[in-house]
Amino acid sequence: MSENPFINEPYAPAPESTKVAIKDTYGLFIENDFVPAEDGSTRESLNPATGKLIARVAEAGKADVDKAVQAARRAYEKTWSRMAPAERGKYLYRLARLIQERSRELAVLESMDGGKPIRESRDVDIPLVAAHFFYYAGWADKLDYAFPNRTWSPHGVAGQIIPWNFPLLMAAWKLAPALACGNTVVLKPAEFTPLTALYLAELVQEAEFPPGVINILTGGSEAGRSIVEHEDVNKIAFTGSTEVGKLIQRSLAGTGKPYTLELGGKAAHIIFEDAAIDQAVEGIVNGIFFNQGHVCCAGSRLLVQEGIADELMRKLEYRIQTLIVGNPLDKNTDIGAINNQPQCNKIHEFLEEAREEGLEMVDGGQELPEEGFWCRPTIVKNAPQSSRIVREEVFGPVLAVQTFRNPDEAIEKANNTRYGLSGGVWTDKGSKIFKITNAVQAGVLWANTFNKFDPTAPFGGYKESGIGREGGLHGLVPYVRLGD
Amino acid sequence: MSNSRVAIDAVGVAERAKRFQTRSIKKASKLGAMELALSMVDLTTLEGSDTPGKVRQLCRKGLNPDPSDRSLPHVAAICVYPSMIPAANEVLAGTGVELASVATAFPSGQSPLNIRLDEVAACVEAGATEIDMVINRGAYLSGRFSEVTEEITAFKNACGAAHLKVILETGELGTLDRVRHASDLAMEAGADFIKTSTGKIPQAANMEVTLVMLEAIRDYYWRTGQKIGMKPAGGIRTAKQAFQYLVMLRETLGPDWLTPKLFRFGASSLANDILMQIRKIKQGVYTNPEDVTKD
Amino acid sequence: MADRILVKKTYKLYVGGKFPRSESGQTLAFTDKKGKVVAAYCKSSRKDFRDAVLAASTGLKAWKAATPYLRGQILYRAAEMLEGRSAQFVEELQLQGMSKSAARKDVQQAIDRMVYYAGWTDKVGQLFSAVNPVASSHFCFTMPEPTGVVAALVGEGVGLSGTVEAACRLLAGGNAVILCGCPACPLSASSLGEVWHTSDLPGGALNILTGITDDLAETAGSHRAVDGVLGIGLDPAVEKSLQEAAADSLKRLSFVAEAPKSGSPYAIAEFLEMKTTWHPVGV
Repeated sequence: MSENPFINEPYAPAPESTKVAIKDTYGLFIENDFVPAEDGSTRESLNPATGKLIARVAEAGKADVDKAVQAARRAYEKTWSRMAPAERGKYLYRLARLIQERSRELAVLESMDGGKPIRESRDVDIPLVAAHFFYYAGWADKLDYAFPNRTWSPHGVAGQIIPWNFPLLMAAWKLAPALACGNTVVLKPAEFTPLTALYLAELVQEAEFPPGVINILTGGSEAGRSIVEHEDVNKIAFTGSTEVGKLIQRSLAGTGKPYTLELGGKAAHIIFEDAAIDQAVEGIVNGIFFNQGHVCCAGSRLLVQEGIADELMRKLEYRIQTLIVGNPLDKNTDIGAINNQPQCNKIHEFLEEAREEGLEMVDGGQELPEEGFWCRPTIVKNAPQSSRIVREEVFGPVLAVQTFRNPDEAIEKANNTRYGLSGGVWTDKGSKIFKITNAVQAGVLWANTFNKFDPTAPFGGYKESGIGREGGLHGLVPYVRLGD
Repeated sequence: MSNSRVAIDAVGVAERAKRFQTRSIKKASKLGAMELALSMVDLTTLEGSDTPGKVRQLCRKGLNPDPSDRSLPHVAAICVYPSMIPAANEVLAGTGVELASVATAFPSGQSPLNIRLDEVAACVEAGATEIDMVINRGAYLSGRFSEVTEEITAFKNACGAAHLKVILETGELGTLDRVRHASDLAMEAGADFIKTSTGKIPQAANMEVTLVMLEAIRDYYWRTGQKIGMKPAGGIRTAKQAFQYLVMLRETLGPDWLTPKLFRFGASSLANDILMQIRKIKQGVYTNPEDVTKD
Repeated sequence: MADRILVKKTYKLYVGGKFPRSESGQTLAFTDKKGKVVAAYCKSSRKDFRDAVLAASTGLKAWKAATPYLRGQILYRAAEMLEGRSAQFVEELQLQGMSKSAARKDVQQAIDRMVYYAGWTDKVGQLFSAVNPVASSHFCFTMPEPTGVVAALVGEGVGLSGTVEAACRLLAGGNAVILCGCPACPLSASSLGEVWHTSDLPGGALNILTGITDDLAETAGSHRAVDGVLGIGLDPAVEKSLQEAAADSLKRLSFVAEAPKSGSPYAIAEFLEMKTTWHPVGV
C-alpha cells in the first residue's frame, strides 16, 4: 500500500480536454467585421504558462479608434438608441445564452491566454460573465424604475478600457450595463489578454447585433489614450491601476465627460480571536491566492488578533503547501501562471525587497514549471506597516501579515492606506461585524467570507480605489444622463 | 481546551467541501484511491434480520472482495451487532480483518449506564476488536457534557485492548459547532476514532460534517501529538463519493492518515461500487452489476 | 444729538466651531455700488483652508457618528435659527447690494432649503440602499456612507440660498464641509456660521471661509485630505484646473453652473459612497 500513488505522489495530470479553435491572427472588431489595423501593426498574445505565442492580434492606433468611434456613433444614432428597449434587452439575452453555450471553450481560452486555473475560469469567471449579461439584459426595458422621479437618457458612445486579470468578466461588467442603458461601445481589452474578448466578438456576430453597437479594439496604451481623449466619446469607464486612473481623471478635466474608475486596492483582512478559524483560513487563501492574487480587491494585508496569531499562522502555512501550482489547464490546479512577464518581474521585485528588509517569508514550497511566469503562494510574516509590501499593491500571490491587539487598532491599521476597495472581517460575534464593517473605509466588505461577486451586488472603491460603482442597480447610474 | 468552543461557519465549510468535489482524480491516482478506499471499508450489516449465516457470508466477502482479482486488499473490518460477534469471529479470527461491534445500546444509547458498560465488556469478551459506541445525545443536548465524556472514558476502560470508535450521531446534534464540540469532547475522553453516524437516522455522513471532524482531529493532533481516526458512516454508496472523501482527507490531514488504521468508511453497498470501478479501470469497459458478488 | 457710536461687526471665519480671523491677518473690504466700504471680511489663506481641513476631519467623526435623526434635528434647528435672524440676513443682503424683495426671497429660500434637507437625513439611506439578491448563501446589502471631507466652492451670483444649498446637501449626507461662500455676499456667508453654531452642529462639521473663491479652489483641488469638491457657479477655467489637481487624490467632483432651483436627494447622493457588505447565511 505504501507505493500507492494516491498516498505519496501528486495527483495524476487531469488536463481539460475541450479544444477551442484559435486563429493565427485576429483583426480589430469594428462594425461586426474583423479588420486589420490601419497601419497594419500587430501584437503577440502569449500563453503565460509556457511563454509561447498563441495568436497575433491587430494593434489599434489613433486612426482605428477614430474609425471605431464613428462606427459606434452611427450605430447609436441609427439603430441602438432608436430600438425599443425590450429589443435591446433581447440582444443581450441572446448573447448571454451564447456565452453559456460556449462556456467551456471560453474557459479554456481564458486560461490559455491569461494563465488562470481552469477551475476558476470554468467555475467563476465564465458563469459570472453569463450571469452579468442576463442581469442587465433584464434591466433594458425597466430603467424607468431604476431612477424614480428622474428622466434618463443614454450618454451615446461609451469608451471602455479593461485589465488583464479577469479579461472576459471585466468586459461583461463594462458592456452589459452600457448596452442595457442604450449606449454603444468601443471596448479595449488589455494588451496581454485580448483573446476571449475577440471570441466574444464572434458571438456578437452570431447574435446578429446591429453592426457598430459593440466594437472591440485590441491594443496598448496608445489605443487607450486615444479612446479617453476622443471628442466623440461621451463616457469613459476604466478598470486598471490607480496610477492610470489618475491620468484619466486628469485628462478628462474640463471636458465634462463622465467617468467611472475601478482601480487598485490593498485590502485588510481582519481575523478576530473568536473567528471560525478554519473557515477564516480558507477565506484568507481565497482572498489572496484566488487568480494568483491578480485581484484588485484581494485581501493582501492580513491583520490577525495576537491571541490566535500562532495557531492561525500554523494553519495557514500548512494550507498553502496543499495548493497545487502549475498548468492552468489542469483541472486540479489551484494557482496558475502569473499573467505576464512585467507583472511577474514586479512581484519578484517586491519579494526581493522584503527579503532585503529581512522580513520573514514562507512559501508553499511547490515545484515550479521551467517555462512561463510563476510565483509560489507566499506569506510575509510580521510585516511592518512601513514596509512597501504592506503599503503598495503587489497584485500577486503575496500576503503581508500583521497582528493587532484590539478592534480600534485593527480599524486604524485597516484604514491606514490610500486605497479603499475592499475589506474582510472574521468574527463569530454579530455586533462586532457591524462595528468593523461600518468603520472600514472600503466599497465592499466581506464578513466571514471573502472575494464573493454577483451581478446584483454593487462593486467599487472608496478613496483612491476608484469612483463609481459597477454591478447591481447602482451600476446603471454611470451609464445614463439623468435629468430632472 | 475541550471546554473552549470552536466556532464553525457552515457556509464556509460547505464551500470548502464542495471544492474537494471538483478535484479530478485520474489514472494511477484514481486506481490508488479506489484500492485504498476498499481497504478502508468497515463492511457493515446492522439489521434485525441478521443471522450467523448472513454474517459469515459478509465476512468472506470482506476477506476476499473480488474472487477474480486476488491482488485487491481485504476490507478493514466487519461491523455487526453484538449477538453476531461469534459468527463473525469464526471467519475473521487471525485474518487481519478487524471485528467491529456496535455497542452501548446502539443506536439510541438510551439504556442505563451499567447495562451499556456490561454490553461493551461482553462484546470484547466475545472477540470484538473494535467497539462502535454511541454518545449519550440526551446528555449532550441538555448540556451535561461532563456526563458525556465520563461515559466515553468508562467505555474506553471497558474496551481494554479493543479500539473505541465514538459515534456522535451528528444528524441529531443539529449544527456544525456542536459537531466540532462533541468531536473535541470525544477525543479528550479517549476515543480512538470519531464517527459521524449510526446510519439509523435519515441524516448520515456528509462531506461538511466529516470536514469539521477532520479539522478537529488535526487540531487535536497538533495539540497532543495523538493521531485519532475518522469514520464517516452512512450515505456513502459510490466510489466517486469515496474518493472525494479521500481527497478531503489527503488535503486536510495529509498522507499519514491515508491508512485503514486512521480512516474508515462505514458502509454496506460501497464496496461493490468500488469493485466495479476498479474493474472498469483495469479492464477499460463498464461492468455489469452481476460481475461482483452480492453477499 | 449725542449719536451713539455704532458697534460694527467684524465678519470672521467659522472653523472648528470657533470664529477665528484669517491667520494671515488679511481682510478684504466689501464695497457697495458707489464704492463705499460697507464692511471688512476675512481673506482666507491657504493655511486657513488647511486648518479648516483639519477641523473638518475632526468634525467628520462626530457628524458621521450622529444618528441620521439627530442630523435632521440639527439641520431643522438651523432653519429655525435662520428664520429667527431673517431680518438680520435680509438687511445684510441689502447691504451687499440686493434689493429688499430679492433679499427676502433669498433668505426664505435658504430657510426652506434647510428644512428640505433636514427631512432627507434619515431617508437617503433608505432611498439609495439595496438588498442584493445574490445567487449564493449570502446576505448582501448596499448602503450609502458619506464621502468624507468635502469642499463646497460657491461662485459669484449664487447667493445666500445657493450657499446654503451647497452646505445642506453635503451635511445631509453626513459629510464634513468646508464652505467657501458666494463672493457676492461674503458677509452673509460669515453670518451663517452663527446660525449653525447655535444649532448644536458639532464643531468642524461645517467650516466657513470667505475670501477669493478661485484662490481657495486651487488649494481645495490639491489638498490630499479633501475627499470631494462641489462647485456651484465656478468659472470653467477654475473648474478645469481644480479637476486636474484633484486627480492626484482621485477626489469626487461635481460642478454645476448655477444654484439649482430646488433641492434633490440625487444631489446628496453625489457625495455618498456605496458600501456593499456580504455575510454568509447558515447555522
